[in-house]
Amino acid sequence: MPAAADIAALFLTLRLALLSTFILLLLGTPAAWWLARTQWRYKFLVEALVALPLVLPPTVLGFYLLIFLGANGPLAMLGGSTLAFTFSGLVIGSVIYSMPFVIQPLQDAFQAAGRRPLEVAATLGASPRDRFLTIALPLARPGFITAAVLGFAHTIGEFGVVLMIGGNIPGRTQVLSIAIYDHVESLDYASAHLLAGGLILLSFLMLAAVYGANRRFRVARL
Amino acid sequence: MTLSASFSLTRDTFTLSVDLNLPASGITAVFGPSGSGKTTLLRAIAGLEHIPGAHITFQGNTWQDDRTFVPTHLRRIGYVFQQASLFAHLSVRANLEYGLSRVPADNRRIRLDDAVDLLGIGTLLDRDPQTLSGGEQQRVAIARTLATSPQLLLMDEPLSSLDHKRKLEILPYLENLHRELALPVLYVSHATDEVARLADELVILRNGSILGSGPIQQMLTRLDLPLSHRGDAETLVRARVARLDGDFGLAHLQAGDHEFIVTSGGLKVGDDVRLRISAHDVSLTLEQQRGTSIQNIFPVTVAEAAPEGDAQFMVKVMLGDNPLLARVTRKSVNELGIAAGKQLYAQVKGVAVLA
Repeated sequence: MPAAADIAALFLTLRLALLSTFILLLLGTPAAWWLARTQWRYKFLVEALVALPLVLPPTVLGFYLLIFLGANGPLAMLGGSTLAFTFSGLVIGSVIYSMPFVIQPLQDAFQAAGRRPLEVAATLGASPRDRFLTIALPLARPGFITAAVLGFAHTIGEFGVVLMIGGNIPGRTQVLSIAIYDHVESLDYASAHLLAGGLILLSFLMLAAVYGANRRFRVARL
Repeated sequence: MTLSASFSLTRDTFTLSVDLNLPASGITAVFGPSGSGKTTLLRAIAGLEHIPGAHITFQGNTWQDDRTFVPTHLRRIGYVFQQASLFAHLSVRANLEYGLSRVPADNRRIRLDDAVDLLGIGTLLDRDPQTLSGGEQQRVAIARTLATSPQLLLMDEPLSSLDHKRKLEILPYLENLHRELALPVLYVSHATDEVARLADELVILRNGSILGSGPIQQMLTRLDLPLSHRGDAETLVRARVARLDGDFGLAHLQAGDHEFIVTSGGLKVGDDVRLRISAHDVSLTLEQQRGTSIQNIFPVTVAEAAPEGDAQFMVKVMLGDNPLLARVTRKSVNELGIAAGKQLYAQVKGVAVLA
């Protein structure tokens, strides 16, 4: 049986991934919609910014987040409380870290559907908001599935950012990937196996369920 | 004159300059080669293209001027695109209901059932759009548009993505539309056969400017416009089936004071038809020929003649109020003394009857 701390790490990880994915879909949808439709000539700068977490070592991101969110950071100076080493800090870090994995599939899906269905809907009397809700969102469904799966999976697997800004406080900021690292450090391979193997199985089941449920749609692969 | 559009637009090296007044009834075809600006004109009228400085009014309502831009969804237009563009995430029925459900009950003049019947798609309602053939998809798209009871129907080469067979499958439905719904239609096309079958009015667009606009019969036969000098130059004559000659399988068609005789296949007394007469099938004689197999010989008056290259002339003759075109050699023009006002006989060798 896994230790209580490991169970806590599992649930903390799931909670973190679910919350981050939810926030990312909420913020990422309008951002991706804007990126897919804008004619602004400097849009490439925003796209580069969104893609940045793909290429940066997580420790770089974590380092600056630590400074920003820490006790001496601008956030604390402005009267906010420090978010470093808290669950909220982890959520902020995860959202930034997983951002490209959500925004890019959504942007691709909006672009793939093209302008034509929206123009048709306009000629059929649908207002812009109506068109977005009844045409753009349903047509982008495969993109939403991809975005949610990738955002969720990527958050579960993150390590560097969490270690930098969350530390390793069991029950508060200790996530699965760090718990595994701890077990390996202390040569407790049995516990490491349990968690690592469990994570593989969980991830596989999750992906299989999503791909299976959406056989009709091509889910983007990275 | 209730649709007017005027604007000018420059893109790279292309300038589209339009000043149009169109009747808000019947089918007006906008005809021109690809790249002449037809689609842009239609998109501007629909509000899909926002052209700065454009003025567009329809039946007294300003759709666009310097201060106003009515968005597409408030213009009460119908738009049929080149591609059917059915919503892939909805069934055929849900596609049809998409537009209908957004029309206030007071504005519904065309019933969905009637649109479905008119386009013959009753058996397709529960299918997925992806499982339909191209022709079926386009028929659904047309019915979807009709079900919104538009005040103006814009059609952008609705048949151009279809092969010949599918075209023939849809054309009769478009002709029905014409007959059964009092709905003004602006129909963009570069296909003369579609235009000849459907249009009442014709706007000729070339390189971004309007060469001419008016009733189709005039536009086809004006010798200063390009249509009368095409290889397939032709004219249209409206006629009504006066009587059938069962013995010979012929129909007698009344066009003004003159009677055309054609094979009767499928015609009924009282049918209104369009006769399509190619300039190749009309020859001119000084005296009325006797002992000829040609049934349709009429006294005509030369209206004008224009040279085509070195050897040929296009001659426009009047058969009562109806113009006919005849392509003849320059030699014949000399020998017959063809000039405006000259009385001749026209022998019409071939007549195509369009329902």
